[in-house]
Amino acid sequence: MTIEAIESKSPKTMRLLWQDPLGRLGLILTGFVFAMAVVGPMVFPFDSGQVGKDASSILQAPSSGLLLGTDELGRDVFRQFLMGSRISLVVGLMATLISTVIGASVGILGGYFRGKTDSILMSITDFFLVVPQMPLMIAMGAIFGQNLSIIILIIGLLSWPRTARIIRSQTLSLRERAFIVRAKSLGSTNLRIIRIHVIPHVLPMLISNTILVVAGAILAEATLAFIGLGDPNWISWGSMLHFAFSTGAVGRGAWWYFMPPGVGILLVVLAFTLLGHSFDRIKNPHGGTSS
Amino acid sequence: MKTLPSKVLRLVISIFAVCTFNFFLFHLIPGDPIRLIARAQKLSPEAVAKMRKDFGLDGTLVEQYFVYLKNLLHGDLGFSFSLKENVSSVVFRALSNTFLLLTVSTLIVVLAGIAIGVYSGSRYGTKKDSSIVLTSLILWSLPTFWVGMLLVFTFGVWFGILQISGITTPNAIYGSYLEYVADIANHLVLPTLTLAIVDIAFFITVTRTSLVEVLNEDFMLTARGKGLGRRAIIWRHGVRNALLPVLTASALYISALVAGAIQVEVVYSWPGMGLLMYNSVLSRDYPVLEACFLISSVVVLTANFLSDLLYRFLDPRVEAGQ
Repeated sequence: MTIEAIESKSPKTMRLLWQDPLGRLGLILTGFVFAMAVVGPMVFPFDSGQVGKDASSILQAPSSGLLLGTDELGRDVFRQFLMGSRISLVVGLMATLISTVIGASVGILGGYFRGKTDSILMSITDFFLVVPQMPLMIAMGAIFGQNLSIIILIIGLLSWPRTARIIRSQTLSLRERAFIVRAKSLGSTNLRIIRIHVIPHVLPMLISNTILVVAGAILAEATLAFIGLGDPNWISWGSMLHFAFSTGAVGRGAWWYFMPPGVGILLVVLAFTLLGHSFDRIKNPHGGTSS
Repeated sequence: MKTLPSKVLRLVISIFAVCTFNFFLFHLIPGDPIRLIARAQKLSPEAVAKMRKDFGLDGTLVEQYFVYLKNLLHGDLGFSFSLKENVSSVVFRALSNTFLLLTVSTLIVVLAGIAIGVYSGSRYGTKKDSSIVLTSLILWSLPTFWVGMLLVFTFGVWFGILQISGITTPNAIYGSYLEYVADIANHLVLPTLTLAIVDIAFFITVTRTSLVEVLNEDFMLTARGKGLGRRAIIWRHGVRNALLPVLTASALYISALVAGAIQVEVVYSWPGMGLLMYNSVLSRDYPVLEACFLISSVVVLTANFLSDLLYRFLDPRVEAGQ
């Protein structure tokens, strides 16, 4: 199966996803969140400098003009919410890209070459697999600073070990299969075999794993931002919740401030989780990444 | 074959690797940590020089590394400049509070999660089963800290019936030991509930998947052929065999548990490792932050090691098969 063959099958994958009730819910939610992130801030732009004029404008309850009321500085929560969706998605997707490239490379190299390469790569993988992720992310966030690209790097550089493990075990079993042994005896180079025979075969597993990593990365960004390690120049759903919590919006019952970002995180994480599980069931029916 | 001594050796190597990693993470910081601290605290040059010596930061990197290892072996984790106290005593006090929180919540999560997972898995494919699956996916997608905020709002602010901050009521005078325990229990309810709401999904899913797999095995057919009742088949043959994979998977859970604990402790000001970490991030108290990372890694590594041992003890096939 070549990459072209998989691509020609992708309309079928979409149809199968749509037929699965959970997959359909995932597709709808993902589409909704993407549309909101792209179009939302264009229609309702947010200006973080536009603060309220007097005390009465602070933590205002929703009204016809202000759909979701105001925050602790008298700024429009609805517009902030739309803006926040962008950062949550961008960080989640970029971090996943980094994680997937590292995880797939480590997994394929280890599983394909075995021996010393494999044992070195796997001891590094196992080390990062058991070290508790969140304390490490917090420590690195505190050390290397609160900057969007650094946050993306930290999440991406710490999320790959499970991907590497899953792809390695698949590569290991592929390696013994007849077509790879044949390609080898015909004199194909390792690089060519990996490109033509290994990558297309691990791709379904890699995709379902990648979709699940996005969900984890978005949650990780929200948690770091909530702890106060977000980039102060950008608003994300996590940083909105940080400010809502630290300025006492919960105690004052300002539900319009702390409800929307949480619902947003829940929906986007759920969307990717549902998609990942559904894709996994369709493409890897014999025990995939999610089981 | 992996015997007990080689397992212990691996644990020791991993802990050593974590210590080394920890050292380089905090000692290769862009910029000088002492200067960062000095800038935050506005210290005189003499104080900076003394601090450099006290922290073991006055030699070459290799010398510093050996000073660091020697201090660790003596249980010396450095000095916290924001709390003006030895880091080790601060950390171990926090660790015991976290331990209380996690023991209670883990007990609830494991027992209830397994029970619901068995209920769901033994009704595989039914409407009840799929609604439990969807509910678990939703719970697992919730940010723990936000669940905490919602519960604070609902039970602390709105109904005002449960404590939402700390481990005891400040300045409380207790008539008896029982009142003291009751006060802690009241403070414990919401943090535990928060962790349980999110984490229960993990055990439901893992138990369910494992039970469904076991129920499809050949020996289940034999059990049914022997004319055993449904209940006996599920509990005596199904659940007993399904629990081993749950134990293996719980190693993965430990990392999620640590992440959840940090968030819950921040929301409820529970004086444990998570809150300590949060405060040391805010005050940029690097010695404390370093110790928090180191201790939580060592605890997680040890917990993984113990669950592995328990697994081998419960399933002798693992030993014989390798």
